[in-house]
Amino acid sequence: MRRWLYDPKIRALAAQILTILAIGLFAGWIVHNTVHNLTVRGIASGFGFLHNPAGFGILQTLIDYRETDTFARVFVIGLLNTLLVAALGIVFATVLGFLVGIGRLAENALIRGLSALYVETFRNVPPLLQIFFWYFAVLRAMPSPRQSHEFLGAFFLNIRGLYVPRPIPAEGFVPTLLALGIALVSAFALSRWARRRQERTGEPFPTGRATLLLLIGLPLAARLIFGAPFTWELPQLQGFNFRGGWVLLPELVALTLALSLYTAAFIAETVRSGIQSVPRGQIEAAIALGLTPRQRLRLIVLPQAMRVIIPPLTSQYLNLTKNSSLGAAIGYPDLVGLFAGTVLNQTGQAIETIAMTMAVYLLISLSISLVMNWYNRRMALVER
Amino acid sequence: MSSSPSLRPPVVRVDALRWLRENLFSGPINTALTLVALYLLWRFVPPVLGWLFFDATWQGSSRADCHPGGACWIFIGQRFGQFLYGFYPAEERWRVNLAALSIILLAVPLFFSRLPQRRRWAIGYFLFTPVLVWWLLYGAGILGLPTVSTDQWGGLMLTLVIAAVGIAGALPLGILLALGRRSQLPAIKIVCITFIEFWRGVPLITVLFMSSVMLPLFLPEQMSIDKLVRALIAVILFEAAYLAEVVRGGLQAIPKGQYEAAHALGLSYWQSMGLVILPQALRLVIPGIVNTFIALFKDTSLVIIIGLADFFTTVHRATVAPEWLGFSTEGYVFAAFVYFLFCFGMSRYSIALEKRLARSEKR
Repeated sequence: MRRWLYDPKIRALAAQILTILAIGLFAGWIVHNTVHNLTVRGIASGFGFLHNPAGFGILQTLIDYRETDTFARVFVIGLLNTLLVAALGIVFATVLGFLVGIGRLAENALIRGLSALYVETFRNVPPLLQIFFWYFAVLRAMPSPRQSHEFLGAFFLNIRGLYVPRPIPAEGFVPTLLALGIALVSAFALSRWARRRQERTGEPFPTGRATLLLLIGLPLAARLIFGAPFTWELPQLQGFNFRGGWVLLPELVALTLALSLYTAAFIAETVRSGIQSVPRGQIEAAIALGLTPRQRLRLIVLPQAMRVIIPPLTSQYLNLTKNSSLGAAIGYPDLVGLFAGTVLNQTGQAIETIAMTMAVYLLISLSISLVMNWYNRRMALVER
Repeated sequence: MSSSPSLRPPVVRVDALRWLRENLFSGPINTALTLVALYLLWRFVPPVLGWLFFDATWQGSSRADCHPGGACWIFIGQRFGQFLYGFYPAEERWRVNLAALSIILLAVPLFFSRLPQRRRWAIGYFLFTPVLVWWLLYGAGILGLPTVSTDQWGGLMLTLVIAAVGIAGALPLGILLALGRRSQLPAIKIVCITFIEFWRGVPLITVLFMSSVMLPLFLPEQMSIDKLVRALIAVILFEAAYLAEVVRGGLQAIPKGQYEAAHALGLSYWQSMGLVILPQALRLVIPGIVNTFIALFKDTSLVIIIGLADFFTTVHRATVAPEWLGFSTEGYVFAAFVYFLFCFGMSRYSIALEKRLARSEKR
């Protein structure tokens, strides 16, 4: 008996069995309670409700939607709205974050100071507060459509949102798109050929300039031959409101603005530490080899810095996507606000709606972290 | 060694002109950047400062005293008590002050490293203070203190309660999860990984939704939990997953030799973790823990979703109340300033700790 008690193998097995047993019992208790509570309250469980008509309007829908459509379609609309704000936020946050991050390492003391001020201000204030500030204090305080703020005669900002010109495909649309495709493919082929030739003969080829020429030149030529790819429909004041163009809701603008500014502060720190992680000796070696400042940046600093930057950068993107759920607090119809909020209240299907919402976020997080693990393995320094 | 005549170091004169030339006007691009930045500063700083300070109204008692063109800080002054205490009854607010004071004063001896029995004081502090604070805030009729139910708690006090309880509850759980994730036992490892990745994969707002809507369904009918406790459970589970990853970083940084040495000394698993590994690992990750706490502090603002009146909620509600409608900018700027003070202070502290740790590592 004593021997058994002190046998590490048996103890390990016992610990695991006990853990699983405890978790199983706990889960069973919860399931039992839930089933009981649901029957007492007369809530039918299951996903049947998804086929029922929703019967309410939605502020912003990227696909066609009528009130008679099903809850399943509402789910898709919420998901698309979440993805829209996440995509917009990621683009703006990346651009701004890289600018500020590089600014923090600038030679210019003024730029350095302003960048530091930006980072410290925006990352130390809760994102929800920033969203509320832009929404309630700025955008809801905008004038009525008649007194809109006007930019360049094409953008109008008022209490109903931001009105922007809408592109309408014209006769030159297909040719320009084709030209762009051809340019992309040939730029790719060109860079492969250039690299091979450089490896073989050592002769460099101005790939960057050639690619730029292709990407701008071909579509431009198509445009000149076949006509403009788009005509722009400008928003116009008619009576009390604007007609035409695209309207970006104040909720969307506030959310995008707040998330971009908040996340950019974190991205800036990521970029700064990535660039600083490149050892000074690498740059000195590059100088000793006679590389120009641009070559140093492109061939030595950036590839090594990006290796450090990309993993935390993706986790910032993930954070931004998760933070986009805060839009629910100002009524932006994202997945959480629309599905875990409105649909839950309408149907009372708490478990199903919240489980579906969480599953979406989990799926996004897990797939991104799988990709990240693969990337890390590929990029890990291969040492002798 | 023959002594060579010692040379004086070259005198480097730091004069303003030279600094300007090197830092701001070292080339055409740099000069252009400086000019653009100066233009922007000149455009924005005076109006902002004017609004904040010079044209602002500081004294008065109602919105009629506010003059246009500047901020009206009367609003903040009038609602200051509410921002601090929420709807905690005015005649009982001394209890909150006393609780805050006792937390600070009782902690003072911990900062004297030569105090005898410092360890015992620390253990006593962490066991005794929560009970004292709970009694002071909640009362529950014990020793004649009337009960103040948690739906009257609010303001900055509630924010601090959520943050403090959140970190105090999440840290032990996070340590256990981190140990479990590195465990040799497959069942325990899988359970911990699933737990950690689940909470890290979902936004806090859905967790709060879950705690307010689903938790009542999970529990027996007659058992009802306080709204604040539900939020605290959600925050603790959520933050524990993040802390687990921070602690895991520390565990991974401890050299394998330490594990093997503890094993060779015949220490059991819990002994070797408690006496050898964790003291070293936790010291390494103190900055990471502080950073998680900063994130938690900012995240407390989300409890507005489930209707708890924390600091941010109180400010927001004050800005939409009819008597102060139109002063939302003042409210949000003030709230941002308070959050900034806390978060920035803690991040400076974390940086200082990191430096001190790096120094002691070098020795």
